[in-house]
Amino acid sequence: MSQIQIKDQIPTGELMSSGHFACPGCGGSLAMRLVLKGLGPKTMVALPACCWTIVAGPWPQSSVNIPLYHSPFETAAAVASGIRAALDMQGDQETTVLAWAGDGGTFDIGLQALSGAAERNENILYVCYDNEAYMNTGIQRSSATPWGAWTTTTPAGHPEARPKKDILAIMAAHRIPYAATASVAYPVDLIRKVEKARAIRGTRFLHVIAPCPPGWKTSDDETIELARMAVLTKIFPLMEVEDGQTWRFSMEHPGDPVEPYIKRQGRFSHLGPREIGQIQLDVDARWKMLERRVEMGI
Amino acid sequence: MKKVMMGNHAVSWGVKLARTEVIAAYPITPQTQVVEALSEMCSSGELAARFIKVESEHSAMAACIGASATGARAFTATSSQGLALMHEVLHWAGGGRLPIVMANVNRALAPAWNVWTDQNDSLSQRDTGWIQLYCESNQEVLDTTIQAFKLAEAVDLPVMVVLDAFYLSHTSEPVDIPDQEAVDAFLPRRVARVKMDVNDPRSFGALATPAVYMEMRLRQQEAMELARVTYDEIVEEWGGMFGRRNGAIESYHAEGAEILLVTSGTITSTSRHVVNELRARGEKVGLVKVKMFRPFPTEALRVALAGVPHVAVLDRNISPGHGGIFAEEIRSALYDLAPERRPRVHGYIVGLGGRDVTPAVIEDCLARTRAAAGAGNTPEREDLWVGVKS
Repeated sequence: MSQIQIKDQIPTGELMSSGHFACPGCGGSLAMRLVLKGLGPKTMVALPACCWTIVAGPWPQSSVNIPLYHSPFETAAAVASGIRAALDMQGDQETTVLAWAGDGGTFDIGLQALSGAAERNENILYVCYDNEAYMNTGIQRSSATPWGAWTTTTPAGHPEARPKKDILAIMAAHRIPYAATASVAYPVDLIRKVEKARAIRGTRFLHVIAPCPPGWKTSDDETIELARMAVLTKIFPLMEVEDGQTWRFSMEHPGDPVEPYIKRQGRFSHLGPREIGQIQLDVDARWKMLERRVEMGI
Repeated sequence: MKKVMMGNHAVSWGVKLARTEVIAAYPITPQTQVVEALSEMCSSGELAARFIKVESEHSAMAACIGASATGARAFTATSSQGLALMHEVLHWAGGGRLPIVMANVNRALAPAWNVWTDQNDSLSQRDTGWIQLYCESNQEVLDTTIQAFKLAEAVDLPVMVVLDAFYLSHTSEPVDIPDQEAVDAFLPRRVARVKMDVNDPRSFGALATPAVYMEMRLRQQEAMELARVTYDEIVEEWGGMFGRRNGAIESYHAEGAEILLVTSGTITSTSRHVVNELRARGEKVGLVKVKMFRPFPTEALRVALAGVPHVAVLDRNISPGHGGIFAEEIRSALYDLAPERRPRVHGYIVGLGGRDVTPAVIEDCLARTRAAAGAGNTPEREDLWVGVKS
């Protein structure tokens, strides 16, 4: 698809403004910009502590032209549930309630509230922009941090020792109507998923890979490329799950070798060929599992 | 209409009559019946509200802040450990100036596990920016629940309605239920001054630097000060409509008293009985009931207590390492009185973990106060524990 064709498929309206507080090359900011293009102005956000607490701007400024409620770290899904209930009482079924959280606020501290909201099938869209660590507080590991990665709490001598938590499977296990992954390198796919999610009632979950130049120790012009390589290597496949049962890949994943993706990131610079080989084996094994899910439905 | 009901159901009726729009709650003994009855009311359509059955008290309060910020009249109920779990979000409600109403059934905190009444749960939340109103009877619980919404929405602060575990929560008393029409006239639908609105997008609770944060806290404190006046007005209006006035404080047989008991919650009712008996024997004893703990009714208490030689404060709570919490607050409130008008404050720790505070316990407190008064007025620094086993 040529650049011009991609541009034609992305809504031109902007709900996010320049002058926000994100770092250069921030995948999480691009994710918000694209998601808001898919949702439009009838959107309200529950925003727990995360990089976006800063990116949104200090009082009385705001870098997004929609109502935004800054909430406690672990409460995105619960606050969003409350906003939804109030709108329901006001007869407003049109406005989308968006919970917008990082990986820490989703995989770790916010998982209980998220699970509760999903189990109740609250009529909200929950988006996790995943930069794979607590980046806002200075790069500490989260349960979304991949195996082998350096962070300030998993130093190179003892890098992350556990695989990334499978949040998509966890959300699918709640039998919510829609769960999907997306990448900022695939804006058309991302916006299509947001528009699809917007039209569905019930809990919708979108997991977006969002590279972080300071945290991943990469250059700020590599964000899109890395977000694309994560998909092409099958490290972060693009998928959709309907009703927790019907799993689908969103595109062909060629399965490029993981080594170039790993080698470009300073957070993996301590890894040798053996460790990188281990990552490849893990990706291959996980892919087989995903193929079984797509084939059989789980 | 009069109905015999438990304190828990008096809360539920108050919430229904207030036409609450969003309820988010989690079960905990001894509060559970509050939300069970509300579930029934929502299910039957008697109450047109969204009931969110959350997975924790933390999420209950979080859902309430979301709903309240979006303009809804929001309510939850909890107790003890549940209130402690909410602590972080209580600050969010107070600092965010959200007029949420919560019923807290006073229950002791673990360990050891104890489901009986004790004020340490609510008093531990003293500095979260919530108005706190302590009730003495199930009638007062119902009346206060409705008043709480009016107060909260008038000053943009959350209100906690507090009732004793079991002595109120599970005890049936006759309660006069006001007519819906009269309640509607007293408490119209909420009109939020500012709310989450797609037609007027704003950001709430965003980062506030040292250059602006302090003024936000000052506005919160000013609202607390306004709440004292506003509550007096609300009590007057309610009294005019329904004939019942339960103000921030109440003096009972205080005239010419040499000793005034200071009480809150159901200990007040037992103390009224003790005062009646002693007055009948010619003893100059009275009591002051404290209903409002935050904002603290400092000036009203100064007026009520000034010139009385001895004040005996009964605290069903303890701040470990300091003393009874009401006693300490009252000592502080009275400190600026001229020495000859300043009462000596005797603090007594009673009834922790639901231990019964009988007339005998209260008489024991009064006897100790008399004995201390006769012993040359040496101030006691430690609060005395009464009714404990040796």
